[in-house]
Amino acid sequence: MIVIACIKQVPDTTQVQIDPVTNTLIREGIPFIVNPYDSHALEESLRLKGSHGLKAVALSMGPPNAEAALRKALALGVDRSILLSDRVFGGADTLSTSNVLAAAIKKIGEQEEVGIVFCGKQTIDGDTAQVGPGIAVRLGFSQLTLVDRIQKIDLKGRTVTVRRKLEGRYEIVEARLPAMITVVRELNRPRYPTVPMRLASVRAEVECWSNEELRLDPNTVGLKGSPTWVSRIFSPQRSEGEIVGDGLQDPIAAARLLVDRLLTGDLLPI
Amino acid sequence: MQHSIFVVLLSASLALFSFSCYRRLGLVAVGAGEQRLDRPLARCREMLVYAFGQRRVIKRPFGVNHSVIFWAFLVLALANGEFLLSGVFPGISFALLPAPLYGALLFAFDCCSLAALAAVAVAAVRRAFNPPFEGSRSFEAFFILFMIAALMLAYFGLRGAEIALGVAQPVAGAPVSNLTAALLLHSPLASRLQALPAVFWWLHAALLLAFMNFLPYSKHLHILTAIPNVFLRSLEKTNCQPREDFSEGNSFGAASVDRLSWKDLLDSLSCTECGRCQHACPAAFTGKELNPRLLVHAIKESLLENGASLRGASRGPERSDGAVSSLIGGAPGESSCSEAALWSCTSCGACMEACPVFIEHLPKIVKMRRHLVQMEAKFPEELLNLFENMEQRSNPWGMAPSERGKWSSQLQLRPFVAGETEYLLFVGCAGAFDARNKQVTVALTRVLDAAGVSYGVLGKDEKCCGESLRRLGNEYLFDVMAKQSVQQLREKGVTKVVTQCPHCYNTLKNDFRQYGLELEVVHHSELIKGLVDSGELALAPETGAAGSVVFHDSCYLGRHNGIYQAPRELLKEVTGKPVMEMERNREDSFCCGAGGGRMWLEEHEGTPINRSRVREAIAQKPDTICVSCPFCMTMFEDGLKDVEGNKAQVKDIAEIVAAGLKG
Repeated sequence: MIVIACIKQVPDTTQVQIDPVTNTLIREGIPFIVNPYDSHALEESLRLKGSHGLKAVALSMGPPNAEAALRKALALGVDRSILLSDRVFGGADTLSTSNVLAAAIKKIGEQEEVGIVFCGKQTIDGDTAQVGPGIAVRLGFSQLTLVDRIQKIDLKGRTVTVRRKLEGRYEIVEARLPAMITVVRELNRPRYPTVPMRLASVRAEVECWSNEELRLDPNTVGLKGSPTWVSRIFSPQRSEGEIVGDGLQDPIAAARLLVDRLLTGDLLPI
Repeated sequence: MQHSIFVVLLSASLALFSFSCYRRLGLVAVGAGEQRLDRPLARCREMLVYAFGQRRVIKRPFGVNHSVIFWAFLVLALANGEFLLSGVFPGISFALLPAPLYGALLFAFDCCSLAALAAVAVAAVRRAFNPPFEGSRSFEAFFILFMIAALMLAYFGLRGAEIALGVAQPVAGAPVSNLTAALLLHSPLASRLQALPAVFWWLHAALLLAFMNFLPYSKHLHILTAIPNVFLRSLEKTNCQPREDFSEGNSFGAASVDRLSWKDLLDSLSCTECGRCQHACPAAFTGKELNPRLLVHAIKESLLENGASLRGASRGPERSDGAVSSLIGGAPGESSCSEAALWSCTSCGACMEACPVFIEHLPKIVKMRRHLVQMEAKFPEELLNLFENMEQRSNPWGMAPSERGKWSSQLQLRPFVAGETEYLLFVGCAGAFDARNKQVTVALTRVLDAAGVSYGVLGKDEKCCGESLRRLGNEYLFDVMAKQSVQQLREKGVTKVVTQCPHCYNTLKNDFRQYGLELEVVHHSELIKGLVDSGELALAPETGAAGSVVFHDSCYLGRHNGIYQAPRELLKEVTGKPVMEMERNREDSFCCGAGGGRMWLEEHEGTPINRSRVREAIAQKPDTICVSCPFCMTMFEDGLKDVEGNKAQVKDIAEIVAAGLKG
């Protein structure tokens, strides 16, 4: 059985600035990193490789330079790394991205059954959290989002039990395999590559699939298959703050005032 | 008959002794190669000063006692040589020498034997009532002292009996022997005087041969290894670690004795277990698991455990690595060191400075850390962020590299341009990102500007030097970053650098030299001292703003690079009075706790090192604690928060100078 981690190479958003004139991202000189949530997805697939003997595959759609992220996955121990790269895939929104990823997962599944697909809960550049669910729907996989603990995997009974971390509560869910699971950071602590693995990954093969392999209708992928368009990018202006009470003179009254304001304004996520 | 028995016994003893030495000392051959025979003259000098001269031994008061035994031992080697030789060739004796020379020798032997006897007695009393460290009252230690004492007593017995019998002439200069003769003549043994010389002679012979064969199996082996170990010491300061070859198929770091160097292994056989390293070690002192003495001992134990099979295997056609037990992961004190112990090291170098026989602890620790990080990816979890931040953003905090120049946004700083600016001011990550240390950088630029120093900065293009990575054992990442930095500095045509961080100082100056980049690096305290001396920097008549100042030596400035004087003299110029010293200062200074990558690690075990050092500083009742390192700054600022009612403030030396500028 195969476990797949979908990873995306993203610009390090802590270093991204917005050009105040053109309102676009200044991408020049910004280093790329593996989307942080995806590192946890990758880690979990490696753990299942270790604990259940599954075959771990890292999968990414992106420009040719996304190979770096997949090479890192090889250094961490995945058995295969596959890059989906083609000019016709370019400019994709979440819909056409999930089309391509789903097709690739299907193709991987032709050789050996895919049991679980892990995705990060969202990416730090788009922040939509739509691609994982999009894949699940297109493949008919069980959809388990925001998972912070894999409680049990029963390969024979073909079920998986997970804990979902929701706002203010947890949800324990059992689902049938195959499943698509999006993960949050609390799930695990990603490993660090050993040097021999890093050195070996330099020569290891990152497979590259274009649309020749996937044979998707060009109208369903890339820019053509993307109904989303970006009308404007801007940094939201934070509204002016307010100092509540006088914390220096009377901290207790100020705290009381603050709590009142939070409750009446319904600002607490309870 | 007796003669023949002795010849047989002596031959057997010598054969056994040689075999034991070969078996023990030969074990170092399982270690990796290392060049230690360059500059033989300098090595001889070191050996004369530190081994025969006992310079480090006598640094501690009780060391004098050891030196007495050592020097006496050297003289008595002559007596014992004659003893063995005359045992085989009865005609040969010092008595054949001209009488005055013979007399002088007997006098020297008498005095040295007496001195050794007294020193051994003192040592036994000290070990019994004021042991050097917990657990040092071992049977082995007392047995060695007993054997030395017994040898001395047998010598006096023999000489005394010979004089009493009239076989030997009493010599005026051998008072103890003469006294022994008198005592024998008046003792109940007087009636059996005839038999006594033979009894004492055989007693002496038996003790000597037994002791000789006990040596290789005891900590007393150091009398054979310590002198060569000093000869083979690192002639450079051990302030950086050798590079590793990152070719595929190589293995990195050390987790077993065969991955250490032969010198590392010889070190372990040279340890006398004096315990000085553990008293100097900030980790051991504050109750961490690390004990440098036990670390070295663990290497010795592991060598004894695995050496023979490794040696046999390396000679044979096949070698089974699986049979070697790991140096890392067991309980401390046995044949392995715990991971916690390895991570406790602050790389301050106090252990190496304290060791009388120049054992190099730090390289061994870094080699084992290298194994953990690079082969097993096992390290305290805080380090994962550090490693990622360094790799992705070239600074330990993970700040955006574009923010690096922000500290100077209000200043008119020039970028470094070769030919236009003389010095590169290498700001360092702390100086650029850390709020408190940014103030130091600003103060430093004020001082440099006041003196008209021509300098420039790299701004947001500056990269972390990678110092912490190297000490933490992430040599691979250090190697990647060092290559980038070296290339950048080369392309920019940098030749002279001023740093405010001793860690950057050490890396740019010493580590980068391994990458073929020779820079003239100065620490800001040295540069400013030079500016004051040359009159380029005018100081106001002392304002007294800093009050009384106590100075804390940064390990990477002091112990690792020998800069003790410049900051002290500079402070004296600025404040108008000599600085106050903490109890432990200069070579004996005590780390702030942040070196060796500990800056980025939590301190869970024992008392915090910085708290211990802050208390030592506060004991001098200073108005200002002066530091010269951004890590020390952080540790002292934090440590002072725990001291109630404290009024002392922490200042970098640049801030003290800036406050004392004219105008």
